[in-house]
Order: sequence, then structure tokens, then C-alpha cells
Amino acid sequence: MAETFLDSTELVLNMGPQHPSTHGVLRVIVKLDGEKVTGTECVIGYLHRGVEKIAENRTYAMFAPYVDRMDYVAAVSNGLGYCLAVERLISCEVPERAQAVRVILTELNRIASHLVWLGTHALDIGALTPLFYCLREREDILNIFEKYCGARLTTHAFRIGGLQYETYEGFEQECLEFCDRLAPRVDEYEELLTENRIWKERLIDVGILNAEDCKAYGVTGPMLRSAGVKWDLRKAQPYSGYEKYDFEIPTRTNGDCYDRYIVRVQEMRQSARIVRQGVGMLAAGPIMGKVAKVLKPPMGEAYVSIEAPKGELGYYIVSDASTQPYRVRVRPPSFINLQSVDKMARGSLVADLIAVIGTIDIVLGEVDR
Amino acid sequence: MKKFLRKILLADLLEGLWVTLRTQHPKNITTEQYPAVMPKVGERYRGLPRLNTNPENGETLCICCDLCALACPEHLIVVGWERNPETKRKDLVKFTYDTSRCMFCGLCEDACPVDALELTQDFQMASFTREGQIFDREVLEEGTKPTRYKS
Repeated sequence: MAETFLDSTELVLNMGPQHPSTHGVLRVIVKLDGEKVTGTECVIGYLHRGVEKIAENRTYAMFAPYVDRMDYVAAVSNGLGYCLAVERLISCEVPERAQAVRVILTELNRIASHLVWLGTHALDIGALTPLFYCLREREDILNIFEKYCGARLTTHAFRIGGLQYETYEGFEQECLEFCDRLAPRVDEYEELLTENRIWKERLIDVGILNAEDCKAYGVTGPMLRSAGVKWDLRKAQPYSGYEKYDFEIPTRTNGDCYDRYIVRVQEMRQSARIVRQGVGMLAAGPIMGKVAKVLKPPMGEAYVSIEAPKGELGYYIVSDASTQPYRVRVRPPSFINLQSVDKMARGSLVADLIAVIGTIDIVLGEVDR
Repeated sequence: MKKFLRKILLADLLEGLWVTLRTQHPKNITTEQYPAVMPKVGERYRGLPRLNTNPENGETLCICCDLCALACPEHLIVVGWERNPETKRKDLVKFTYDTSRCMFCGLCEDACPVDALELTQDFQMASFTREGQIFDREVLEEGTKPTRYKS
């Protein structure tokens, strides 16, 4: 309670759902004491489209385009997770060539997703320039997607059992050229941001989430790795042939916003490395496994999780031996990472709350599904 | 001492500014002049649907198998046909494609056994009404005719 007229009383403020720095339709109810955040509550559901319910009324193949619309910044990863889950249900072997193309495209998508994150997060903090540079590089990736599968954002690149499209002429060349271009460009971003004193002031020791809290909240992805836990599903439970690739898992120890930034930038470099290896592994061969025209998986259930750019993305599918899934449950990384906002933001300033929401890297399409 | 000087001389900020200055060259401008210069889309671009006809006699390639309608996740394709008593074959009488609900996933194109239905590189399909987004056979065969504005 206020004792003198100088002491402030508590103020409850709505941030969002259309606030420009909240990355979409996230509404955060913030309890403020002056400029200090004493509590937050996230209100979600403004972008709820009932994707999981839609799945119950579609056949397995029909549902694949819908998963792209959850995390639309990393649509390829979503498609991969869903395809892997259905493939486990029907125990289908994916040909090696298809696996390599899948890895290349998902890693390119990881770079694209991190680029969007870096640009928008820098914009939140007040650095306008990186956004334009990041989108410039992302454009190259989207062009590769467009040439490969005919769409830029909601790609629908993979099909259950393999791939629908063969790689286009010059695909390998373009991927390699992009990787060559990316490295100096990432150096540019680092030049702009890593040593910048404003950037450091705004991010270092802001929104600390240590390893124990990360595990308690179920936080995954770069957030977990920035707290020093070396956990990456590509290494821990390799899927789609990731065990053949040589790459490192970048980790940091502090678990603050700055470390999350460093981890994501390092991941971009590692992804470019994987793309290079993936292009080397492209051998001639079939691209589609043996899949029945009318897909009727045996009764049972399957859970497959992959390392999406934002964290562990899981698909849990229950089959009742009909053409349509009985239940599809998605474990979206953004949704689970979002719950740690309160822990990180409590006691900090409003401006830090923006930085915290930015470094979680949420996509509201995925949070609300 | 070196660190102190760097801080005083704003070295970190100037380094960033140098990156910005490096990209100021006019050749870096990439604005697309959209209606004047049409953007080039990929060969596999999934855009305006087209119902292909036989180039020799102008007859439709569609065999009314209904597979596209069955493959569509949004059930937006309607194929109407009649049995021709003379040739004992199905004749296409109606084909509508509701692009207002279409998400251009390409499943109908994949399902078509005779390559009659195809998603083309054309992307100009805006119209003033909702009904205008439901394309009938004529539009699907001949394409939309967007108004060209000249400056």
C-alpha cells in the first residue's frame, strides 16, 4: 500500500492482444508497481482454429497441409514431425534420398525461423536494421522452398512416406551457395549486435531461467540449451538420419536473454553445416516409400518428437484403424515455453518483459493451434 | 586501457554503423515494381487452378473420376457429370472450384490421374465478390482475366 503520495499503487495493464512487440495476438495482463512487473498472466486463444479437432475429420494425407499453419514460420519442421509420426504408425521406411532432402529443408527452415526471430527480436529491443538484413537472407531460403515445392510459407513439402517432389535442377548448387553466403552475413549480424553496448545492456542478466527451472517448466530448445543443458533431440533421439551428420550443440551457461541470442546465432551456423553435409549425402534413389493409397494404420498410437527451431515439437496420434485419426495431439514448443514468462519477468521492468517475450521465440499460431 | 578507449570512442556502435553503410549501395535495392513488372514465380508454384483441355480439339481432359474432389481437405471441388448414352462415357457438365476456401496444398493436382487439373503459376485471382471466387468450368479452362492498368 502507498504510504506517501510518492509511493505508487498497483496498476494492472493489458499488453496486447495487438501490441506490436508481442509477436501476434498474445495478451499479457501485467501487474505493475511503478515500472516494476510484480506479476504476469498470459491470455491465449485469440488464434485458436481447432487444428487438433480438424484432424479427426480428415484422412491422414489430408491433414498434412494443416500442420504447416501452426508454426507458420517453420512450416517444414511441422510437416516433418507429422509425417514421421504417421510413418511410425504404419511402420514405413523412408528412402535415404528422401531423408537427406528432408534434413536439408528442415535445416534451411531452422535458419529461416531463427532469422525471423533475430530480426523481430532486435526490432523489439530497438535495433531496426537487422530486420531488413535478416529478411533478405530469409528471402533466399524461401526462394529455394518455392522452387522446390511451389509455396514459400506454408510449404506442404513432405508427404507421408517420403516426398512428392523430386529436387529441381540446381537445388544442390543453390543450397551450397546459400550456405556460403550465410556465414559472412551472420558475421554481419554479430558485428551489429553482439558487442553493441545497448544490446548488451538490454539483454545481459535479463530474464534468467536456470537449468532447473527449465526442466521444471518443460522448456526445450534454445532456451534450455542457453541454460547449459546439452539436450538436442537431433542428437538424443536421432530421426530422419540425423545420426549420420556431424554437428555441435551450442550451449551457454547463464540462461539469460543474451545467451539465448548467442545460442540461436550459433545454431544458424551449425544448421548451415548440416545443410552442406546433407547436400553431400544426396544419392540417387527413390523418394517415396511403400505407402498404401488409402491409408489405414493399424490400431495403436505413436508419439514422435523432433527438434523444431523453437524446441521439442511432438505429435501424438491415436489410430482406430480407420482412414481418419482418432485423436491428434500436438506438443507445441512455443506453448510450453510461454509458461515460463512469469518466472522470468517477475521483478523486472516492463522493457525487460518485452525482451523476455521476444527471446522465448513464440509463434501464436502454434500456441493456440 | 584499450577497452577504455574503445568505450570512449564508441567503437562498438561505429562498427555496427559501418555494416549499415556498407549496404547503402543502390544495387542493393530490391523493391519489386509489382504491377509494372510481374514477379517471376517458381515453376512448381501452386497458384490459380486450371482445367486442361486437349489442344487439338478443345475437349476437356477431365474424365470425371472425382478423385480431386475426394482428395481435397476442404471439399471445395464439385464435379458434375452425366452418362452419355451413345459413347457410354461420363461427360463433364459442371466443375466448380471454390478458391476462397482453397489453401493451395496441391493434393488435388497430385490426385488427378490424367493431369487435367493443375495449379498454375498464375496468381491473380482477386475479385470483388465472394461468388466471384468460386470458379466455374469456363474460368478454370480459360483462366481469370485480370484488368490490366496502364500508367
